[in-house]
Amino acid sequence: MKGSLPSRGVATLLGWGGSLTGILLFVALWEWGSLAYGSFLLPGPRDALAALAGLWQAGEATGAIWATTWRAMLGFALAGLAGTALGLLAGMSRTLGRALEPVSTVLLGIPPIAWIVLAILWFGSGSMAAVYTVMATTLPVTFAGAQMGALTLDRRLQEMAEVFRLPPLMRFMDITLPHIVSYVFPALVTALGVAWKVAVMAELFATEDGIGAGLAMVRVNLDTAAAMAWIVLVVALLLAAEHGLLRPLQRRMEPWRQAGRGGH
Amino acid sequence: MLRLESVGHVLGMSRIIDGIDLEIAPGESVCLVGPSGCGKTTLLRLAAGLMPPGEGRVLDDFHRSTMVFQEGRLLPWRKLLDNIALGLKALGVPRGERLSRARVLAEELGLGERLDHFPHELSGGMQQRVALARALAVDADLLLLDEPFSALDVGMRSEAQALLIDLLSRRGIAALLVTHDLTEALRLGHRVVVLSPSPARIVHEERISRPFAERDTAFLYEAAAALLRHPAVARSFLFHQDEEAVAS
Repeated sequence: MKGSLPSRGVATLLGWGGSLTGILLFVALWEWGSLAYGSFLLPGPRDALAALAGLWQAGEATGAIWATTWRAMLGFALAGLAGTALGLLAGMSRTLGRALEPVSTVLLGIPPIAWIVLAILWFGSGSMAAVYTVMATTLPVTFAGAQMGALTLDRRLQEMAEVFRLPPLMRFMDITLPHIVSYVFPALVTALGVAWKVAVMAELFATEDGIGAGLAMVRVNLDTAAAMAWIVLVVALLLAAEHGLLRPLQRRMEPWRQAGRGGH
Repeated sequence: MLRLESVGHVLGMSRIIDGIDLEIAPGESVCLVGPSGCGKTTLLRLAAGLMPPGEGRVLDDFHRSTMVFQEGRLLPWRKLLDNIALGLKALGVPRGERLSRARVLAEELGLGERLDHFPHELSGGMQQRVALARALAVDADLLLLDEPFSALDVGMRSEAQALLIDLLSRRGIAALLVTHDLTEALRLGHRVVVLSPSPARIVHEERISRPFAERDTAFLYEAAAALLRHPAVARSFLFHQDEEAVAS
């Protein structure tokens, strides 16, 4: 049954406490490493935060965040749409599935760095190259998710739908779609993480602005503390996108996936 | 009335069903019992009109027939009430009305406290009751049940059987129930029809005149023993494996 409000609050706090312990442990290790190896090789967490504050005040951080975010998001959105559509088709038609699957495997096998080289050759340096690279690397992920979703449709539920004479549209909305979404969503979460990392990497080579470009600049200046600051920023962005956007969206769309409300 | 006229079916190279004649009158409960894998489920699917018979005819002039499956086959992404109301939604009943009708049924089947739970939050017995409610919701006058209680443990099975008897007799619904459990058939049927091992053929038919309420455990075991004294029934159940051993 539903747990009482206070007991659920305590459970949430304990959960947060557990995560916090892990984070603090990590920060402590970082600090210790910095003391052991010196602040040039490994600047401590405080140096990194100071560098981050510096970037923020100089106005570099906001511009970079914005540039990286829209490249990652555009590539991710394009890959999400195209990959899901192709994956559904491949799952529904056996022939198309056989034809597209090896293509997807090949695409998955090409390292992101190779995509960047190709993208720069094809589109020249700039946002286009970064967006294309993000799309090319995340497309196979969303494709595979949608294909699995379409392949694993439960025939027993379809038979049930036949017995209860569900009209075709209702059969799709009530049976097919929720099942496919349950496969596509985790794939999208994975793809988003990949999109972010690849966007930063592509920027390192192909663009003048963005977090990746900031990292390239830092490398030239041998400014390790600023490098750490950029990394903290990327991780924070990724966490914000996943826990601030995708997870809540999934909870809203798929409440049935959450574990039972305590015991029965 | 549902009438199967010399229905036969062949799947691939093997014959599954062979010349079955069967009638189910309104309000009558008929239990098909036979060894596992004898083609009972196929027979039920033919009766439900899910597939056309290879031979013979299936005539169904019941107003509405629905099916309860061995596993609940509920939609995991719909809450209990929406699952019960699924058939009503397919009929185009407006949301408010179908949910209130589903609520009444849920109360009747003892599910009143779990209305906004998802299927995975329910026990197996409750899931099966939801499936039953879903079948009843569309005002079916013929229920086709495919081993509906075989996945439940003993206590829950007995409870579910009692509930089914009660629902059938109060609403005057006809039922065709498939089972491999002789005592279950004797408890739930006005008529028990024994099938042979594959291909399914009717080898014996028995009318049980004793009222449902008076069919206690002692009666069930005696009736089962009496049935098994018929050589044809015994061949279906007891000596099946021995014959196979001799044959091979």
